[in-house]
Amino acid sequence: MTAQTQPVRLEVSDLTLAYGPTVIQRNVSFNVARGSIFAVMGGSGCGKSTLLKSLIGLLPPVTGTVQFAGESYWGASAERRVEIGRGFGVLFQNGGLWSSLSVSENVALPLRMFTRLDEASINMLVRLKLALVGLGPAADVMPAELSGGMRKRAGLARALALDPDILFFDEPSGGLDPITSKRLDDLILDLRDGLGATIILVSHELPSLLSIADAGIFLDAETRQPVAHGSPRELLETCDHPTVRAFMNRERMETVKNAGGHRNGS
Amino acid sequence: MKHRHAQASGNIQARIDRAHGWTLHRENGQVVVVISGDWIARAGGMSVGAVDHIFDHDADKVEKISFDITGTGRWDSGLIAFLWELRSGAAVRGVVFDDAALPASARRLLALATAEETSVTVSSDHSSLSRQLGRWAIGLGTTLFGATEFFGDVLLGSMVGLRGQLKMRAVDLRDCVLDAGSLALPIVTIVNFLVGGILAFVGAVQLSRFGAEIFVANLVGIAVVREMAAVMTGIVMAGRTGGAYAAHIATMQSNEEIDALKVIGIPVRDYLVMPRVLALTAMMPLLYLYGCAIGILGGLTVAVGMLDLTPTAFFEQIRLAISGSQFLFGFGKSIVFGALVAIVGCRIGLQAGRSAADVGRAATSAVVVGIVGVIAVDAVFAICANAVGF
Repeated sequence: MTAQTQPVRLEVSDLTLAYGPTVIQRNVSFNVARGSIFAVMGGSGCGKSTLLKSLIGLLPPVTGTVQFAGESYWGASAERRVEIGRGFGVLFQNGGLWSSLSVSENVALPLRMFTRLDEASINMLVRLKLALVGLGPAADVMPAELSGGMRKRAGLARALALDPDILFFDEPSGGLDPITSKRLDDLILDLRDGLGATIILVSHELPSLLSIADAGIFLDAETRQPVAHGSPRELLETCDHPTVRAFMNRERMETVKNAGGHRNGS
Repeated sequence: MKHRHAQASGNIQARIDRAHGWTLHRENGQVVVVISGDWIARAGGMSVGAVDHIFDHDADKVEKISFDITGTGRWDSGLIAFLWELRSGAAVRGVVFDDAALPASARRLLALATAEETSVTVSSDHSSLSRQLGRWAIGLGTTLFGATEFFGDVLLGSMVGLRGQLKMRAVDLRDCVLDAGSLALPIVTIVNFLVGGILAFVGAVQLSRFGAEIFVANLVGIAVVREMAAVMTGIVMAGRTGGAYAAHIATMQSNEEIDALKVIGIPVRDYLVMPRVLALTAMMPLLYLYGCAIGILGGLTVAVGMLDLTPTAFFEQIRLAISGSQFLFGFGKSIVFGALVAIVGCRIGLQAGRSAADVGRAATSAVVVGIVGVIAVDAVFAICANAVGF
């Protein structure tokens, strides 16, 4: 089976993540199927973004492996990692746009750096990517002049610049109003269906998670390890873990624990 | 977005890039575009500018455009860009765009790319020269007015500070004093020592021609005490501390920290500006005194090394040359320079925009305005001193 046809696009096994002596998460294992939308869920401070960092090459894990299409990422040489990373599209929490470049220059920079396309082709691709996210008229605007939602969409256009087949989104709908957030969710679905890309998203926005993700993992801040696997809807309907239930049902932890204790006791 | 629908077969053939291309079939006003090969954008699989060729190739009016994609291999945005351009071209010319033969995913992307776009209003300046000039003058006036207001506010802050009612943390003041004081000593030492040495060197070369070597001490002493120690220390602090103040406050601005202070009701002047202004204004005269000593030491080193002067004779000559009033003059100037550099740094930091580039610009302009300001104020002092015959 060739790398392009592997059904599993990303395989994470037994990952331990730490900042210095502080362990953030341990025993993290999951597979992401090609073309699916995989959600990394959990409350604030549970290590979602840290996990994302180790998937996109910003933070080496202490133990465990990350494999893209069957190839070990952290086991590869630094040059090879850069090569693999060129297949990633990453949308950072605040867009991560380069503030000294206009929106179109932000999208064009990866194309100029990593392809040998002529100027007309680059311009064409930049216009297309901006049109895909509905930001055609904002091409010459500086990032500082954009609203939060537009900044995210511009970041998305930049993430799409090199036609990645795996996309990472850090809190795509964080800080957005429900309407803008819904539009971004639709856009993500459209892009997934249109591009056939695999999407890994980190989020704690329930409505967004329920409407777009088809698989996922739930990280627990207290025990510092994953406590549930499954799509957000499955977790909502069937998961018994108190933290997951509290998260999914927006209940207060004490209530859940008491209810659990009461039920266990009776 | 290398398309997996087209490569599901996974055979080896599909992975070898085949040259992309298109040909046309025309019949009865219909154009069928036959697309073949791999259209991978980053491998050069694009065809920009084909639209005119396809629609305007011959005199017959094209009424409908459709596609034959049976020979198409792998594709990504290279193909979408081609189709998108054709679709826009067809819309402009009133030609029917028949996308039925295209893969569903390509149709979805085309629909997305032609969907309603967010309107963005960009302010651009197309007004006449006189209007722009007027706006610039008003802007300059506003800046000067704002700066004066800020200066007044800081002065009022000092009054409040004298009554001990400033809302600032002692630990911030201590950090600023440390930063503007002892941590600045190494660079102040180097600069003043070298300036003292250079003055002595220039003086020695000239004065030894007249056998007046001993007057090197006068030259070094007066120049260092009256001008150089205060000015050089002011310039060093504008570059080192003024720039840092501006960058720090501008970064706080971009992180919304200043907004947070304002919302909670902590006065920015008391909390951010006053510790810096007080620290630098208090430390600068001390740095000046230290700079004088080091500058004279630099002069002494060169004088003793190059000329046959003894340290005792050098010091005795300096004692005769400089008076307490000259010390006071330099001392007074250094207080003004300290306040000026700190106020300029804080003001420019608070005025900065919110992007990373704005932080850089704020730091640069704080340094430039600080240095120019120190030299300009020194010139004003020189003119005033001359006018009163000092």
